[in-house]
Amino acid sequence: MSGVRVLVGTRKGAFILSSDGQRRNWDVKGPFFGGWEIYHLKGSPVDPNRIFASQSTGWFGQLIQRSDDGGLTWEPVGNQFVYDGVPGTHQWYDGTPHPWEFERVWHLEPSLRDPDTLLAGVEDAALFRSTDAGATWTELSGLREHGTGPSWQPGAGGMCLHTIIVSPKDAQRIFVAISSAGAFRSDDGGDTWRPINHGLHSEGLPDEDAEVGHCVHRIALHPSNPDVLYMQKHWDVMRSDNAGDSWVEVSGNLPSDFGFAIDVHAHEPETVYVVPITSDSEHFPPEGKLRVYRSRSGGNEWEPLTKGLPQENCYVDVLRDAMAVDSLEECGVYFGTTGGQVYASSNAGDSWAPIVRDLPAVLSVEVQTLA
Amino acid sequence: MIRVVLPAHLKTLARVKGEVELEVDGAPTPRTIIDALERRYPVLLGTIRDPRTQERRKFVRFYACEEDLSLESLDVALPEAVVRGSEPFFVIGAMAGG
Repeated sequence: MSGVRVLVGTRKGAFILSSDGQRRNWDVKGPFFGGWEIYHLKGSPVDPNRIFASQSTGWFGQLIQRSDDGGLTWEPVGNQFVYDGVPGTHQWYDGTPHPWEFERVWHLEPSLRDPDTLLAGVEDAALFRSTDAGATWTELSGLREHGTGPSWQPGAGGMCLHTIIVSPKDAQRIFVAISSAGAFRSDDGGDTWRPINHGLHSEGLPDEDAEVGHCVHRIALHPSNPDVLYMQKHWDVMRSDNAGDSWVEVSGNLPSDFGFAIDVHAHEPETVYVVPITSDSEHFPPEGKLRVYRSRSGGNEWEPLTKGLPQENCYVDVLRDAMAVDSLEECGVYFGTTGGQVYASSNAGDSWAPIVRDLPAVLSVEVQTLA
Repeated sequence: MIRVVLPAHLKTLARVKGEVELEVDGAPTPRTIIDALERRYPVLLGTIRDPRTQERRKFVRFYACEEDLSLESLDVALPEAVVRGSEPFFVIGAMAGG
């Protein structure tokens, strides 16, 4: 029987929420790694029982945990993330040079083809790869060293590489996004990289159309058409039809085009979801109403999805890695909030219900659709 | 035999309860104690000190016999009571965060 497993990373541990394909009744397990920040968990598409988790604290640093039984038990694997060579400097908040320093792993991206291979996006921004199921890590330093690195600067959350997408049709093509450097693409498996930020426009930059420096919050695509990318930038929702070579704004009628999360319906490549947030200084929904917005036209025309979501006095945030979809026949959509709620819709967003209400602040949500 | 008290999170990682008792190579110092800890509990690699620079993580402190040894050299000789095992060596997560 089909089912789903929702992997939730929070400020104080990880939680695993499971249900059958009806998605009405949920089993909640956790916290795993209680008291630690779990920036991200993600399962292998090849072996769904293999799940990786990024576990960290400011006190004791970074660990990577791996489960080979669907999250029942965990074993720590390798946690040595060493930059290739002498890493040099990037810009600090005040514009002065600052040495590259490893802080944490923001995102883990297991391979679509090999259960032992995965990528890790880290702060300070860099991309690492493991080919031994997390035991050892090697930096793909062509990204950090492609030329613009010294001008990258941190966003409010740190200089993090938070988005990793490997094209489902071409394993050599990788997209990443960094706050606040922008989006980058490799067409040779991660050896060489180039910025893909043409068309982005960011007030606050000396050159508002600069090659890098844009605070990209999240990128998503649909597997059937990996040349079409959707982006939630700091401000602006953007779309590219040419794998990032150029972008156009599709914010349309959104009540705010600031936000973090963005995702695409599992079966409808032009159906996109965002959660508008008031502004970069007010990280909560406009008017205190928690609304997911859905576009069925690839952007520009958006409809609010409110049924089952709080429509008054709601002042939570939805962070960049905290939205995901399942691939059941009727697409499920899930997101977590900084207030500790995880909401699920089993009808593509038409209505919502909380799976849990009182977790620690949710940092990430991933979904596994189980056969 | 050196007695070591770990903070709660590191006890969980190492899957130990209570104090840890260690034999260290050479003279007991913060460095030889951490060396012995990491040998017995590889999961602690990187949690107490940077594995490359060997520097103590900034929110980790070392105490012994009511003294803060955090700013001493990692090779400082430890008090006799720690060497004898009558007092433990404490690895502490710094009080921070409110």
